[in-house]
Amino acid sequence: MNANAPIRNTQAESELIERYEAAKGSLAGSVAVSALRDAAIGQIRDKGLPHRRVEEYKYSDLRAFMNSAAPLAEKANLDAAKAAVAAADTFGDLDRFRIVIANGAFAGDLSDTEALAAEGVTVSSITAALDTEDATLLLASPKTGPNDGVVAMNTAFVQGGIILSVKAGVDVSKPVEIVHVATSAGGQVVRNTVKVGEGANIRLLETFVGESGTGEINAVFDYTVEDKANLAATRLITGKADAARLFTTIATLGAEAEFKSLGFVAGPKFVRNQQFVNFTGEHSEAKIYGVSMAGGSDLADQTLIVDHAVPHCNSREFFKTVLDGEARGVYQGRINVAPHAQKTDGEMMTQALLLSETAEMANKPELEIFADDVICAHGATSGQMDEDLLFYLRARGIPEAEAKTLLVLAFLSEAIEEYGEEDVTEGLEQRVREWLADH
Amino acid sequence: MLEIKNLHARIAEDETEILRGINLTVNAGEVHAIMGPNGSGKSTLSYILAGKDDYEVTEGEILFNGENMLDMEPDERAAAGMFLAFQYPIEIPGVATMEFLKTAMNAQRKARGEDTLSIPDFMKRVKEAAAHLNVSMDMLKRPLNVGFSGGEKKRAEILQMSLLEPKLCVLDETDSGLDIDALRIVSEGVNKLRGPDRAMVVITHYQRLLDHIVPDVVHVLSKGQIVKTGDKDLALELEKNGYADIINAAA
Ligand SMILES: Nc1ncnc2c1ncn2[C@@H]1O[C@H](COP(=O)(O)OP(=O)(O)OP(=O)(O)O)[C@@H](O)[C@H]1O
Ligand SMILES: [Mg+2]
Repeated sequence: MNANAPIRNTQAESELIERYEAAKGSLAGSVAVSALRDAAIGQIRDKGLPHRRVEEYKYSDLRAFMNSAAPLAEKANLDAAKAAVAAADTFGDLDRFRIVIANGAFAGDLSDTEALAAEGVTVSSITAALDTEDATLLLASPKTGPNDGVVAMNTAFVQGGIILSVKAGVDVSKPVEIVHVATSAGGQVVRNTVKVGEGANIRLLETFVGESGTGEINAVFDYTVEDKANLAATRLITGKADAARLFTTIATLGAEAEFKSLGFVAGPKFVRNQQFVNFTGEHSEAKIYGVSMAGGSDLADQTLIVDHAVPHCNSREFFKTVLDGEARGVYQGRINVAPHAQKTDGEMMTQALLLSETAEMANKPELEIFADDVICAHGATSGQMDEDLLFYLRARGIPEAEAKTLLVLAFLSEAIEEYGEEDVTEGLEQRVREWLADH
Repeated sequence: MLEIKNLHARIAEDETEILRGINLTVNAGEVHAIMGPNGSGKSTLSYILAGKDDYEVTEGEILFNGENMLDMEPDERAAAGMFLAFQYPIEIPGVATMEFLKTAMNAQRKARGEDTLSIPDFMKRVKEAAAHLNVSMDMLKRPLNVGFSGGEKKRAEILQMSLLEPKLCVLDETDSGLDIDALRIVSEGVNKLRGPDRAMVVITHYQRLLDHIVPDVVHVLSKGQIVKTGDKDLALELEKNGYADIINAAA
């Protein structure tokens, strides 16, 4: 087979191309942005959706999974969006600001824009910005994943999203939840750009509620954490969903910056949560956590590349996966250390707990180290529940199901506790319990 | 309370026979000591009582207050009043000790159709029991048994026992690993639980525990069988002369 010859498009790919033709006129963008979009759909046309022969998608064949592509979601009904946000229980009664993105577009009227402005946080729609000439920056690809197919899908179809900027030195008083709400069926494609100014501090909560039917959700979060700034991002990828859930984080860290994230996955049929983290200044730290649960024939993929391009930075990656039924878990993590990135400290761990004989975990931690004075380690484990622990709990009168729940919670809590942010993660225990009760 | 009749059991995995016809009756209010050489099957017997499925009963039966114990799940046995203080209590990272205690106590209460404990009531019970056993509240803030010293683990087992108020207490070498003071404290804790409605089976290698917890009956287990039964003086005799004579006489 000639690698350069265009492939035969699948039904989903053909539908994506049709979708693009249909939506093109109404998708925002300057001439340069439209050219980027054209190139992106061209990539899907020529190379197809990411599939198993693409190294990064070896275990998560999106092409095989997606057998059709719904049209993009129509503009949301704001009353419906408001009701859906009110009904969704994402973080209980945690005191927080809210930003609403409905059917892929920023809903300013439903967002706490003014309260945020008073704190020194500006929020605006990305849509208008895409019409300007230098808008291509807003759609930049990850440096370590320039041809990523999921990002290409996002670039081609991005409907809207926000540009959020935290003024230098501002310590945002409450977490900010970016709620993505689907009020009707259809693809929802979002790009959110977040800039945390020098010395500023913000905690983001990223949630997805409502039902997109057979439409995929594709959201890219592009974070810039400037010098001495601090960002913690908690992403909840929950609820039953038959269509693909595709998430990309691009994080660029300045000097003495701190970035922390937790991706919590429980429910959808196909989840790809990928993160590209780049150190561009010294003495910074990134801590990336993942907690995934998958049952049935679902797939939960957590993939990341942490790029140590400069010296004296620390990164920690800690991922936990619980699998049941015939589910598949994927962890692909790579730490790159550039030749001059001395004194890098990287520690990566991925652990899976298999609740059934038929579940499968693909663990692929990798180190690519070109500097000599570094401390880097990685580990991967995968195993069944410890019968002795289970017996101990049962011998104390705890019924089997509850004993298992305690042990699953114990397994996952290691990562959740290390992530910290207790006020935010408090409700996760209940989500784990609900998931277990369902499986 | 407990009737073990002609119990034969083997390791499920490789079918090695460990218990070879045990007969043992323990009445309410009694304390029985089981002694015997390493590897004679003492812990195996205790695990079978608790319901560990590494072992397979091939013959015989166990009645617990008249009920067929072998038909019950481990948690059902616990709710019915069976408690095993493990020879080697295991560490369970990520499970907070207090949470565990509350879950266990309430699960048993629920199984017996009793109300769940209120938080203040629960706290009061734990504090009292912990004070008696010289267990610090700091220890209880840690994950279950994690980082506990050998002696602390044993004390934590007896703490659980005091809180769960079982009917049948099986103590597997609770004395090993305890310092002299702890041995006294733990024994006092155990003695406090002695009563007409409760029975105890105390597995030990040493007379010094039996100085504190004075048994009504002493059994010697050898190669999966009880080869001698006597009163508390039997333990003293063993301490002096070792097992050789008794085991040889039985063989
Ligand atoms: N799960 C198991 N797998 C393999 N062998 C086992 C298992 N459980 C018990 N055994 C073996 O059965 C025999 C009895 O063991 P058990 O632990 O009951 O002895 P014990 O009387 O408690 O000894 P000790 O005084 O040393 O505690 C030993 O030979 C032991 O190695
Ligand atoms: Mg033993």
